Amino acid sequence: MTFPLRLTLNGQAREIVLDDPRVTLLDLLRERLGLTGAKKGCDRGQCGACTVLVDGRRINSCLTLAASLDGAEILTIEGLADGDRLHPVQAAFIAHDGFQCGFCTPGQIMSAVGLIREGQAGTDPERIREGMSGNLCRCGAYAGILEAVREASHDAADRTEQREDAA
Amino acid sequence: MKRFDYIRPASVPEAVAAGQQPDTAYLAAGTNLVDLMKGGVTAPARIVDITRLPGLSSIERLPDGATRVGALVRNSDLAHDAAFEKTYPMVAEALLAGASAQLRNAATVGGNLMQRTRCPYFTDAVSPCNKRAPGSGCAALGHATRIHAVEGWSEHCIATHPSDFCVPLAALDAVVEIAGPDGAREVPLTAFHHLPGDHPERETDLRPGELITALRLPPEAAAFQGRARYLKVRDRTSYAFAVVSAAAALTLEADGTIGRARLALGGLALKPWRVAEAEAALAGQAPSPEAYAKAAAAALAGAKPSGEANAFKIELARRVAVRALTLAAAGTPARIPALPASPFGIV
Repeated sequence: MTFPLRLTLNGQAREIVLDDPRVTLLDLLRERLGLTGAKKGCDRGQCGACTVLVDGRRINSCLTLAASLDGAEILTIEGLADGDRLHPVQAAFIAHDGFQCGFCTPGQIMSAVGLIREGQAGTDPERIREGMSGNLCRCGAYAGILEAVREASHDAADRTEQREDAA
Repeated sequence: MKRFDYIRPASVPEAVAAGQQPDTAYLAAGTNLVDLMKGGVTAPARIVDITRLPGLSSIERLPDGATRVGALVRNSDLAHDAAFEKTYPMVAEALLAGASAQLRNAATVGGNLMQRTRCPYFTDAVSPCNKRAPGSGCAALGHATRIHAVEGWSEHCIATHPSDFCVPLAALDAVVEIAGPDGAREVPLTAFHHLPGDHPERETDLRPGELITALRLPPEAAAFQGRARYLKVRDRTSYAFAVVSAAAALTLEADGTIGRARLALGGLALKPWRVAEAEAALAGQAPSPEAYAKAAAAALAGAKPSGEANAFKIELARRVAVRALTLAAAGTPARIPALPASPFGIV
């Protein structure tokens, strides 16, 4: 038995045929599509290293069965930059040293992009920490991560204001 | 993970027909089910994917003032629905105090009710567990029991129910709407989860094939919106299950005395713990530390440790109940605090 899947993956339409319903979104990305940005940390929804956006919302790809995502739009860390131009959240992580070993970073960045889109935290450090609590960093780069997310969130709000002024 | 057949029905009746087959599990977000399947704790032969079922994803205010929430509404969407948050603030606060943002974006209302205990002897897949393997015994008894029950347990099972969401729902008399082979029916949330008794494997009121379609908050639940709080004590500030939690809600009369009171406790039993005597003890009283202490004592009157390591939960639950009532009486905050339900985040 096979399971046909139509996905929009990082902006491109993909047709995939799964031969096994047990495949998670994370395994589909890493093992079958060669997108190894999302990481397999705990594989049980506890560490956040596998975070990607599905239909614009951040989720743990390790706990999501790929077969259930027919028709979904997936954004992974590989699809975030615009060519050579980094996404503002990526640039902010570099500017603020939001990582050390880098293993959790794709998940942290995708989670931060999701957090900013959700619009609940703004630049409040306490709300950002709480909103990012599903992403662990064993190197303990949290201080830099917080500053990166605050800056990116602040800049995103500025861009929104500018767009509204222009409209 | 054991191989399974994957079925994606197009309608609720089709889902119910498929769900009646033995050894079948419904899949919504899978945040708990897939995790348990990876660990070999559960290994269904068939998975019925209900995520595409029509009609289960809306939040509606009904003409009588009740609110119906579809079973597939995501936890974060419900918590951030402006009208829902305003009307049922302690439910929104409990939702935001649970899990992580990623999990809340995926997890559904129905799935939250169906989540399994986090008793480590249940989730390790090899220890004796009467819930997982009926008749095999309870490995928790006499071992590491810090997170285990102090209310409603039996010698066959001392697990607790992990949900935050269900605690204020129980306090507000939420009703579970169910579709099944014999048509639709409904069950009060307080009767939905079963205490272990002699059959810890019978976790909920659902019969084979039955599917949660919605959750309904009755019209009276809206009366508490001005004075309602959820308070959760946990081992770390965020992304942890409750050690003990409390949902408290009050109405005040014109003379300042308490009109109606609701109090439910989490982390104590295999269901949210709600005691009528505790609520009755508050009605007609002036809001005061003494009145709250009496109510808390009544709520815990039947408590009994299931192991030496959890005796502390009884006094902790009394204190959490008193504090939740104190916070509720002070009024619902204009915005849910940055650390929802946290004793460290309360202004």
